Amino acid sequence: MSAAAIPAALVTAAAETHEEQSVLIPAGYDLFWSAVVTAVILAVFLKYVMPRFTRVLDERTEKIQGGIERAERVQAEAAAAKGELDRELAAARTEAGRLREEARAEGTAIVAEARQHAQEEAARIVETAHRQVEAERRAAAVSLRADVGALATQLAEKIVGEALTDEGLRSRVVDRFLDDLDASTEPAVPAETKGY
Amino acid sequence: MPTGVACADARPPTPDPRSCDLSSTATAALTLAAEEGEGFHAPTLADFFPGPIFGDGTLVEFNRIMLVRVIAAVLLVAVMAFAASRARLVPGRGQNVVEVLLDFVRVNVAEEILGRKEAARFVPLLTAIFFAILAFNITGVIPGLNIAGTSVIGLPIVFAVIMYVVYLRAGIQRQGLGGFLRTNLFPAGVPAPMYVLLTPIEFLTVFVLRPATLAIRLVANMIAGHLMLVLCFAATNYFILEAAPALKAFGAVTFVAGLAITLFEVFIAALQAYIFVVLSAVYINLSIETEH
Repeated sequence: MSAAAIPAALVTAAAETHEEQSVLIPAGYDLFWSAVVTAVILAVFLKYVMPRFTRVLDERTEKIQGGIERAERVQAEAAAAKGELDRELAAARTEAGRLREEARAEGTAIVAEARQHAQEEAARIVETAHRQVEAERRAAAVSLRADVGALATQLAEKIVGEALTDEGLRSRVVDRFLDDLDASTEPAVPAETKGY
Repeated sequence: MPTGVACADARPPTPDPRSCDLSSTATAALTLAAEEGEGFHAPTLADFFPGPIFGDGTLVEFNRIMLVRVIAAVLLVAVMAFAASRARLVPGRGQNVVEVLLDFVRVNVAEEILGRKEAARFVPLLTAIFFAILAFNITGVIPGLNIAGTSVIGLPIVFAVIMYVVYLRAGIQRQGLGGFLRTNLFPAGVPAPMYVLLTPIEFLTVFVLRPATLAIRLVANMIAGHLMLVLCFAATNYFILEAAPALKAFGAVTFVAGLAITLFEVFIAALQAYIFVVLSAVYINLSIETEH
């Protein structure tokens, strides 16, 4: 298949005397019908086929483009939402940690305060008890002192009887007894208080 | 009919070795045939100028080849209009096939050569011309039609003239008449004395050779293809039906060669359509480019 066919073909055309038509010079009717078929094809292609296909292709491109853009937008939104969530979650965690720490500190303070309170209360109770015991002991000692004198005198009167009717003797005996009693119950009391 | 001689003349040396073999074989066989008084219809250029069906001698003279053209044009228009009428956003199988061809012209021809921005204006025309040439070429191998609508010079000339007008118009629109002539006839970067040589050559190229070669390349390919096909099948017919028994086996050889050339012609039909639009796009590009 080559252009080499042309010169030979021309020679042949020239050789054929009955054929006046050249392969390279168009006949009028050839041009006429060529123009007709070409015009029809061009008209249909340029007025109908190509615009239609172009429109469909553009529409498709637009649709795909739109779809891609929409997908990108949705993805961006999702990413933003996720970021927001993450931030909120982190904030919540921090908040929770802070609250826990506060509660723990507060708890410790409450416990410490309660303990101190209890200690104070205990000390106070012990103090009161001591004081009460002391007071009672003093009261007991005073009452005992009075009673023991009377009782001892009665006892001595019964034992000694009439022997002790002598006022001077009785007084001396009682004093001596009480001195002995004092000496035996309160050995720490000094001797000057014996005048009683 | 001066059969043997005509055949040898009609089959010039070609690059296809099969054809060379066939030529010599055919000549030898025909010598025998002549003695038997049987005929061998060798392909001649008269095949391209059949008798008129109506309108003999007038402008509307209508012969077999014109009929083939009308059939091809009607079929092409019908198929494409049908495909376009059912063009949907989500293409079906048929639409996909059409879109592949449309995309081929748009992307592989127009946008590749002219660039995406410039291509848009010319895509419809280039596509229409591509499909038209393909349709008219392919009739050469369709049984019953058996001749390419583009194998008579009129149609290639019409296509070439359209492209001629388009690329001159595009260039003049872009650069103005003066600018177009200056960039094309006086290429930049050449010493002034060289214009004595270059300008006539460029003038011939732009105004004569480009359209002429577009038309002649197409018609020559189609004529040569038709001659090869006719030669093979005419020889097959002769060998099997009329030649001496010893030569009948050659019929198988020529038949296989005919089949091979038929397939080759299908390829050539598409190739020539492609070449035509590619060169047209290149010429448009040369016209609208301000700097070479």
